[in-house]
Amino acid sequence: MTVTAETVIQASALVVRYGATEAVRGVTLAVRRGEVVGLIGPDGAGKTSVLRVMAGLHPASEGSVTVVGEDAWRSRRALHAHLGYLPQRFALYGDLTVAENMQFFALLLGVPEWRPRRDELLRRVGLDRFRDRQADHLSGGMRQKLALAVSLMHAPGILLLDESTTGVDPVTRREFWRLLADLVADGLTLVLATPYLDEAERCSRVVLMHRGEILGEGSPQHLTELVPGTMLEVAAEPRGPALDALRGMQGVVEVQQFSARFHVRLASGATAEQIRGALSGAGVIIHEVRAVAPRLEDTFLHLTRAAQRRATGVIP
Amino acid sequence: MNPSPTVVIAEDLSRAFGDFVAVDRVSFQVHRGEVFGFLGSNGAGKTTTIRMLCGLLSPSGGRAAVMGQDVAAHPMAVKRHIGYMSQRFSLYRDLTVRENLRFWGGAYGLRGRPLAEREAWAVEIGGLDGLEDSLVRHLPGGFAQRLALGCALLHRPPVVFLDEPTGGVDPEARRRFWDLIEGLSGGGTTVFVTTHYMDEAERCHRVALMHAGRLLAMDSIAGLRGVFGKAVLVEIHCPMAPQALATIARIPGVTETALFGERVHAVLEHSELQERVRKELAAAGFAPAELECIPPSLEDVFIHVIGEADRT
Repeated sequence: MTVTAETVIQASALVVRYGATEAVRGVTLAVRRGEVVGLIGPDGAGKTSVLRVMAGLHPASEGSVTVVGEDAWRSRRALHAHLGYLPQRFALYGDLTVAENMQFFALLLGVPEWRPRRDELLRRVGLDRFRDRQADHLSGGMRQKLALAVSLMHAPGILLLDESTTGVDPVTRREFWRLLADLVADGLTLVLATPYLDEAERCSRVVLMHRGEILGEGSPQHLTELVPGTMLEVAAEPRGPALDALRGMQGVVEVQQFSARFHVRLASGATAEQIRGALSGAGVIIHEVRAVAPRLEDTFLHLTRAAQRRATGVIP
Repeated sequence: MNPSPTVVIAEDLSRAFGDFVAVDRVSFQVHRGEVFGFLGSNGAGKTTTIRMLCGLLSPSGGRAAVMGQDVAAHPMAVKRHIGYMSQRFSLYRDLTVRENLRFWGGAYGLRGRPLAEREAWAVEIGGLDGLEDSLVRHLPGGFAQRLALGCALLHRPPVVFLDEPTGGVDPEARRRFWDLIEGLSGGGTTVFVTTHYMDEAERCHRVALMHAGRLLAMDSIAGLRGVFGKAVLVEIHCPMAPQALATIARIPGVTETALFGERVHAVLEHSELQERVRKELAAAGFAPAELECIPPSLEDVFIHVIGEADRT
């Protein structure tokens, strides 16, 4: 993947309002061909709204979105050929078979030569053995694969996925990502929305969103490097006194407990030696202290807190 | 650490629906104050197991007990000992915070002063001060979730079941929630968590993995990472990673591959295979390739354990 690839989607100062609610508040974002871009943030971050404008389902209230250079709303009919969109709640015809669902959407979308395309996609998503099964009789994971195949029937170059893996178990989720990886290898551009920070690792670029705004973007590695100070993992017992001692220490920004392990973020200048000293002083047995990489969640918190400080002028 | 009393016990617990065995001879013990994670794919038997532990479904084989009460013989007694929280289903969105607390308190048989005390407690732990008269549907996700937890704990159950408790809430609220859970655990409440999300699972003191009705593994997070044995997880950085993945997957001894952005994660049967991977990538035009052994994530462990079980 080269960084000089052409821009296929450009959002510029995008604002989306529903009545008085401002769901997206000035988002500027470029998606280049072949990228896997993840819009990541909690419920209410504005991810779905951004995808809906990209898909030509909703106009921008302010600003603009272009897809392959054309306005996403005004040229939505023509742009359909370029875009696949898999919403969180997709519609399949439960009493039609797998193959009939594919045929129905192919005819609806006016796909020429749809039979070979259908057969290829069913093979790809592993549903060719189930082509005569009614959609209502498929497992959740299989229904999702069928919905993916349907959204790709017209061979779009860009696929928009809205929380496709929410509530999906890890095995099914990994299989789904395997399919996506395979499509990306063939040149598909992916833009996906997810509330799960651990899915960020799957993306070539992550856009962290919160309350309608972009907090930060970059590769997952780049984003975790934004967290200042150092992160330590401390294994110590008994847990209660260890937690109290860590939280009471000068230079400790935050402590998170993972069973008998604590992730401790230190301000610049504080050292692991000081941690050891404070814990020993509290009568706590230290099993291990080691440096660990911050996680994307730490970046998210660092950025939301920084944004809040800027908004309120409060220095914690 | 001293062994704490056993609070939940399952012995060869089984449940069949006709010919379909949903839960197949599952045995485990959960101790007082433990945060116990229960993971598995859809259809693995997690929900059926939990329904039996809650006294909602009787076992067709083996036994289970909660706080010493057999779930089949004394389902009502079991229900008094447990709380159940699911972020999505347990709150009335068109009622206020206080009305939800009163409703659940009433359902658990609390009234008068004890109810008022527990309501005040739930408001305090949930950080819901000043929001008592807000409609639940107007609460941000994190607040609703802490309210749901408070509702599930009004009757002071020694065991609480949490079903994907922090899905979709922002990281700040999630951390606050888990601080609360650790506090409860420290006070002796046993917390049983089912989740598909590994960042929730990593908070648990011990994790059990279920697949196709069977319990495949049960250990601490650190212990579970040991299931890899001689196999290693490597992160591979090379040009055109999405295209290189197929080359890597074809190398004998590579048991699992996954694309992570512009890198590939691969499980190798042993560490010496790294040289082979580097050579094959170079031969196929994907040079230079950097390989680095990385600790497996809980998801990697999960996939590995299930893969091994399916192969045997």
